Amino acid sequence: KMAESSDSEEEDLVSYGSALQPLQEGERIKKPVPLQEQTVKDAKGRYQRFHGAFTGGFSAGYFNTVGTKEGWTPSAFVSSRQKRADRTVLGPEDFMDEEDLSEFGIAPKDITTTDDFASKAKDRIKEKARQIAGVVAPIPGTTAFDDLIGPSKITVGVELLRKMGWKEGQGIGPRVKRKPRRQKPDPTVKIYGCALPPGLSEGSEDEEDEYQPENVTFAPKDVMPVDLTPKENVHGLGYKGLDPSQALFGASGREHLNLFTGGSEETSNLLGDLRHSKGRKLGITGQAFGVGALEEEDDDIYATDTLSKYDTVLKDEEPGDGLYGWTAPKQYKSKKRPEGDFKYIGKVLAGFSLASKPSAPVKVYPAPSLPRNYRPVHRFRPVLPAGSESCHLQKALEESAGKLERDPAHHSRHALNAAQRREQLGEAELKGPAPSVLEYLSEKDRERLKQVKQASEQQVKAKPVPQESPSSRFQVASPEDAAHKWQMLLGGQLANAGSSDFKPFAKNPEKQKRYENFVKSLKQGERGERLERFFDQNMTEWERGREQEEFYRAAMFYRSSNSTLSSRFTRAKYEDDVDKVEVPRDQENDIDDKETAVKMKMFGKLTRDNFEWHPDKLLCKRFNVRDPYPDSSVVGLPKVKRDKYSVFNFLTVPEPTTSVTQATNEKVQESNSLNKPKKSSRWDVSDKEKEKKDSISEFISLARSKADAQQQPPVPAKEECGTGTAETPPSVVAEEDKDQEEESRRPPMDLFKAIFVSSSDEKSSSSEEEEESDEEQQPTTSGRQSETTEQVDVADSSSSNLQESVTAATDSGIPSLPTSKQELDAAEEFGPKLPPAFSSGRFCKHLNRKEKHRKIRERHKTKKERKRKKEKKKKHKKQKNKGKHKNKKSEKDSSSDTTDSSDSLSDMDTTGLSPKELLRR
Amino acid sequence: MAFPRPRPARPELPRQRVQSLQCGQGAVRAARFNADGNYCLTCGSDKTLKLWNPHKGTALRTYQGHGYEVLDAAGSFDNSQICSGGADKAVALWDVSTGQVVRKYRGHAGKVNCVQFNEEATVIVSGSIDSTVRCWDCRSRRPDPIQVLDEAKDGISSVKLSAHEILTGSVDGRVRRYDLRTGQLCSDYIGSPITSVCFSKDGQCVLAASLDSTLRLLDKDTGELLGEYKGHRSTTYRLDCVLNELDTHVGCASEDSHVYFWDLLEGSLALSLPVGQGVVQSLAFHPSLPCLLVATQGQVTLWREDTFQPEGDPD
Repeated sequence: KMAESSDSEEEDLVSYGSALQPLQEGERIKKPVPLQEQTVKDAKGRYQRFHGAFTGGFSAGYFNTVGTKEGWTPSAFVSSRQKRADRTVLGPEDFMDEEDLSEFGIAPKDITTTDDFASKAKDRIKEKARQIAGVVAPIPGTTAFDDLIGPSKITVGVELLRKMGWKEGQGIGPRVKRKPRRQKPDPTVKIYGCALPPGLSEGSEDEEDEYQPENVTFAPKDVMPVDLTPKENVHGLGYKGLDPSQALFGASGREHLNLFTGGSEETSNLLGDLRHSKGRKLGITGQAFGVGALEEEDDDIYATDTLSKYDTVLKDEEPGDGLYGWTAPKQYKSKKRPEGDFKYIGKVLAGFSLASKPSAPVKVYPAPSLPRNYRPVHRFRPVLPAGSESCHLQKALEESAGKLERDPAHHSRHALNAAQRREQLGEAELKGPAPSVLEYLSEKDRERLKQVKQASEQQVKAKPVPQESPSSRFQVASPEDAAHKWQMLLGGQLANAGSSDFKPFAKNPEKQKRYENFVKSLKQGERGERLERFFDQNMTEWERGREQEEFYRAAMFYRSSNSTLSSRFTRAKYEDDVDKVEVPRDQENDIDDKETAVKMKMFGKLTRDNFEWHPDKLLCKRFNVRDPYPDSSVVGLPKVKRDKYSVFNFLTVPEPTTSVTQATNEKVQESNSLNKPKKSSRWDVSDKEKEKKDSISEFISLARSKADAQQQPPVPAKEECGTGTAETPPSVVAEEDKDQEEESRRPPMDLFKAIFVSSSDEKSSSSEEEEESDEEQQPTTSGRQSETTEQVDVADSSSSNLQESVTAATDSGIPSLPTSKQELDAAEEFGPKLPPAFSSGRFCKHLNRKEKHRKIRERHKTKKERKRKKEKKKKHKKQKNKGKHKNKKSEKDSSSDTTDSSDSLSDMDTTGLSPKELLRR
Repeated sequence: MAFPRPRPARPELPRQRVQSLQCGQGAVRAARFNADGNYCLTCGSDKTLKLWNPHKGTALRTYQGHGYEVLDAAGSFDNSQICSGGADKAVALWDVSTGQVVRKYRGHAGKVNCVQFNEEATVIVSGSIDSTVRCWDCRSRRPDPIQVLDEAKDGISSVKLSAHEILTGSVDGRVRRYDLRTGQLCSDYIGSPITSVCFSKDGQCVLAASLDSTLRLLDKDTGELLGEYKGHRSTTYRLDCVLNELDTHVGCASEDSHVYFWDLLEGSLALSLPVGQGVVQSLAFHPSLPCLLVATQGQVTLWREDTFQPEGDPD
């Protein structure tokens, strides 16, 4: 019975869950496992592990190691030479456990319903991303096609509504009798909700009704439901964030610039506008962030505004939101607000309303009252003394002289010089004497300034104007005037001259003493005539004049090196008062002997200097050469301490003989060639005239007069033409004057060279100065060269002699004499020039002549000679290690060479043979 | 049956023009063959350096990066690198293939007139108007030169290197040879400013061109005069001198728009080649062929011997 009833119960009852396993006989009921001891197993029976390492599985070791016991191993190295390792692109899946790919993993592979197919609202983030992608895509708006292809996302409710006759854009509810509302479709937000009662919302709209047929009903207006989204973020009220689709493209700049409206219409065209920015990458761009390597530069940062960018017609004031998503306060869109009512212009946030009562007004303080006697006009007081009759004249003078005579008490702010300003500001004085402004003026200007100054001075004292002052400009020939000029030049800058250890005439103590006295008196402002007394009375007047000139020059040099130069140059390597300098132990010995040897073609021992030279260890290493001096730390030439040389040996002082005897052109050249060995740094050019004079006797006499030459230092050619004679026509004098000015403005290059060669001897510290003047001159010369004027060629190729070049230049009639001269100088100072880019065909003539020469020469060559030479050369080529024997031979050779050369010389210049050469033959 | 060996061909001089490269880079300051002579470099006054195949007449690459005129260039032995010096006082090391400046060495105080690689392209030796020769290290990153050779009293106009020697020609009229192996400096006085120096191929002689329109061949070891070559005109400009590929002839550019060649032994003028108009700006001789590269007036011309038949050209 019991069994029966139980059976019937089984049939009736609905059973939930799975039945417990029937207890075995004699088994006790299991204790329920407490919660904390319950464990979870995954599908494979592994404890506490649902899925892979990437999704939160927490069993370490084997199971999280990409499925293998070893875990992930890097791919074996494959030689790139034999076979390029195929660069497999590893996705995240390669590092995932199997379980990560399962249904609950991070990358499930099962087929699931995606958002597109789910009939629910789409993910907002994804939607936004899709929109942006649509904008950025090569063809903007292509994602629109995705919508066409994708399934309809119409929810059931919408479908039902449609079936009931509802159309998109309409409100929901019974149709009403009213004018069709001008629908303002809002494309972005489309939320369907209940319509408010018609009377409530569209009361005002029906006012402008014109015509309304009776039997027409309209769908109710679609209304926006009240947005009841809670504020979940921590942004400020009304903060919208940045709409990337609008903000990122800087569309405002590209857009039609609308001055009068905010450009709200344009926002709707935004997509169209963006079409212009082809290929632009998404991201923040702009010059302010720098232009990246892969970024293209901004199109035009200095874009010119054109009028077409501006509106020419005033439109109605409709300040749309031209802010492109920035949360700056929007202009309140009220159309007809009273003027005084602009309390709050920003957008009134939802849930807020404007205050009806204005806040307490800000107190406005009145402007300070001006003093009673204040007049807002500034009057300049005249500084001239009232009594002067020539008031106007002086005013004019002052203006022309740059207000030289201003009373320092009345200095305006702008009239202060740097020192005064410094004083007022309490700044420390700069190191090194500041060069006077006058330094930078040309001598002529300076002189004129001085004259003007003097004239004005004298006028102030109501003195008659000296008549000769304006005309004295061109009369520099007389010695008094020269001295005067020197004095002017030196001016007040002699303050420290002669005070220290500058002893230009240290060799001649008497002369040095005279010089010191001279400088001292010069400092005190004595005139040239009175200075005469310092000179040796035993000297002739001419000698005295020369010495005076010398002293002036020395004083000038010292001043210029002290003030003008010191501000531009770095510290000397050696102290001035140190009389020992480190110089290379071995000097390349005297050039004079070598010059003679070269002329006699006795190359070899006579012209060769051998030095011990230590290459750098690294250099040896790089050249794969064993270090010749493995245990010396010296690099370069070994150095020793030596006495410093006297500076004045290198000073250039005008050669007196030429200026007095009025040397002819040839003489000048001769002296040039005489001076040649002294100026080894010069880019001397041998021309034929010089060759004519090269005879042995000259060299011998040169060697003899070495001492003389040292006492009478060489003169550059330009110097002579500078201190030219009075007989030359006035125009020429003026030009020469100009030349001289140029020179005196900048001390001659020799001088610089001499200074630096003497102070550091071998170290080329003159390079700095070279560099400077190089920079000065290079642009002009190069510019000239590229212009390829024929005249330049004339000047260049004819000769480096200045005298010639000047005449050549004047012949060809170039007005710009100084520039051509400068160019010449550059060529002289800086070695061989670069050839001109394009030159005229003026060399053809020359060539013909040369060819003739060559033919003559070849004819003259005897066969015997040739044979001998050949023999010699062959010997040379074969064997180099003949030693003594060879030396003998070389002597013979060289002698033969001399005969050769004399032959060739005679061929070359049959017309101009000097008696010396004839003798030599 | 053994034939007697054919007599060595008489050395030929380049006499016919086979190519002309319109460089389009202003004045061509220097034209240089690479190590094997298959390519050449032209240095323009428009700050560029160009790599050419002069035999085909094709421009291969332009190297831009100098701040001013490029005055000289040289290629490394393996053609992988180029060094160049310019009026911007810098020495640049270029990568041939990428065209980028690998390094720039600054330190010269004036225009860099000449640059050379050493044999293994580990050192660049540059000579400048600032009268120094500087040896720059290509291996390390040190910015300063390994050594500065400041013995010259005036600008350096030419630098050449052999395996263990540095040969410099200076405006002070001296040819200096720094021998690294023996640790000696030999200074030969020529007198006139040197415009160009070069070693003979056998490394025993030194050829020096100077502004007295003379080329002198000096014995390297003793400094003795072995030959003197005159007839051209070189009084103002820095012009190159060359030795031909067999050391049989000596060549020099001239200001009268000719290139002159003299027999090295006899000293007689072998050829005066009219190469165009204007000053012959630069000269380079092929290392193994009778082939000459001449730069005049913004163009570079390639000259070959008379018997040379240009490919694809019937005459």
